[in-house]
Amino acid sequence: MNRLFVMASTALLAFLLMSQTQKPAAKGGALAASIARGKVVYESTCQPCHMADGGGAPNMNPPLSRTKWVLGDKVKLAQIVLKGLPGGQIEIDGDTFHNPMPAQESVLSDQQIADVLTFVRNNFGNKASAVTVAEVKASRGRMK
Amino acid sequence: MKQPTKKSPTSERTNRGSRTSFPHKTLHLAMGLCMMGLFACAGNSDKAPAPAAGSTPAAGAEIPKDTSIKLPSGFSASIVAEGLGKARHIVIAPNGVVFVKLERLKDGKGIYRLQDTNGDGKPDQVTGFGKFGGTGIAIKKGYLYASSNEDVYRFKLDDNFNVTNPDNPEKIVTGLIDRHQHESKSIALDNDGNLYVNIGAYSNSCQLQDRTKGSPGRQPCPILDSAGGIWQFKADQPGQTYGTGVRYATGLRNVVGLDWNTATNTLFVMQHGRDQLHDLFPDLYDTKQSAELPAECMYELHKGSNCGWPYIYYDEFQHKKILAPEYGGDSKKTGAEDAQDPVVAFPGHLAPNGLLFYTGNQFPEKYKNGAFVAFHGSWNRAPEPQKGYFVAFVPFSNGKPSGEWEVFADNFSGGPDKTASGRATYRPCGLAQGPDGSIYVTDDSKGNVWKISYKK
Repeated sequence: MNRLFVMASTALLAFLLMSQTQKPAAKGGALAASIARGKVVYESTCQPCHMADGGGAPNMNPPLSRTKWVLGDKVKLAQIVLKGLPGGQIEIDGDTFHNPMPAQESVLSDQQIADVLTFVRNNFGNKASAVTVAEVKASRGRMK
Repeated sequence: MKQPTKKSPTSERTNRGSRTSFPHKTLHLAMGLCMMGLFACAGNSDKAPAPAAGSTPAAGAEIPKDTSIKLPSGFSASIVAEGLGKARHIVIAPNGVVFVKLERLKDGKGIYRLQDTNGDGKPDQVTGFGKFGGTGIAIKKGYLYASSNEDVYRFKLDDNFNVTNPDNPEKIVTGLIDRHQHESKSIALDNDGNLYVNIGAYSNSCQLQDRTKGSPGRQPCPILDSAGGIWQFKADQPGQTYGTGVRYATGLRNVVGLDWNTATNTLFVMQHGRDQLHDLFPDLYDTKQSAELPAECMYELHKGSNCGWPYIYYDEFQHKKILAPEYGGDSKKTGAEDAQDPVVAFPGHLAPNGLLFYTGNQFPEKYKNGAFVAFHGSWNRAPEPQKGYFVAFVPFSNGKPSGEWEVFADNFSGGPDKTASGRATYRPCGLAQGPDGSIYVTDDSKGNVWKISYKK
């Protein structure tokens, strides 16, 4: 009886543990894949201005580390990538950045934008939720 | 350090005496700043030797050397001010008073006046004024000129180079274009009553959609009507606008460093060349070519000069003006044959922010009439290592370069790794010559001001 209970509870515990670890592992796999794809997009499209460490260039190109622009509203963030921004619109701690952000709506796909934003939100000291293709689509839909 | 010479090489700028006064307000501010640790002040810093009570240290007394700055043999650098923030251009009055223009206001002030009243080599009297950020600053005929990103102001100076109207400068030029990109208005004055102002192009290469892959170049480039060149104004007439100014030179993407060369009596400028050849045209340029091209060019200007932007860029390897890819170029076809050739071509993206022709007597003979160029350092060379963050020197003879350029003052970045990553500790921006023939370098990252001197 006792042994059965131990075996049963061990099995249950094992099952619980497995399901606990498996779920995030599966999710982590998708996240990791998106981040990996996003890294490629970042290096070809974003890195020339925002630099390899995401630190940008003083007065010119804003940093992507720990700023509300990156970590805040995902739809707004996707809009900046899609539509671009004129220079001087971003202010971080009193510093402004003068280069314009070129619009990527006809350059990058929704998937690429979702991936690169997921990469950025999980790099350079950032830790934030993934950006999904649906969110990028919603962002496109909202713009018109 | 040599004694300041009365027969100053900069005395063409003004010829005034140098009595010293101590306005209480300025002294209080100076003391306040000392206590706040914003400036390394004499008597308040363990680095600076405090003068013995009652004694007056000799002018040009030794102040601590900053050995982190690498210089040719016989030269040394010392920090005369720090913590000024975005310290852009700088000018030194004939009595040694230093004026620094800040891009971003510090404690509500956009210009700082630094004076060493006790002769220990460190400014002890510090005053701020001018409620506008900007880059340009110059002294001419009893006036201090300074620019915001839209206007040029001038302040009256008294015999001791105190500003007499700190709150009410005359607005000499107004309403210049500031569309954020290449917005700084650098200034220079000649000896015939003219003021030269850079108006940078608010664009990389005049594409329909700036910095956007696949967007064509605009033909003709409409930006050149009001920017992308040097405009000439009268130095003493308030309220001038585009209507009263003269487009002196065109086809210059963005100039930050410029200087009136008194040996040639002409304006020399340093252009910031275009960015992103590979990002925008990956089929024509690899990342290495994109890091090196185009050259950062020095031009000697005359009225009517055209340096070719945006239609061409200068390739320092082919020694040719190459048609820009936005205008049908393929990295080999030449273009704009009527555009001027540069006087000196430096590697790409180093960002020349300061230019100074040396007229002093302190440095060895080879430096006489040569050009110092402060390179702010690159951001647009990735994935190649970044480069710059130094002051270069080009020897001149008879108004022309007489040898290859060389690095003069190096290691402002703080080391090779910081240079490569672009995360430089300091970034050289402005240059000026002092009355004793030393030169000054500003940094717009932390706001240091270095004085570089020579001693056999």
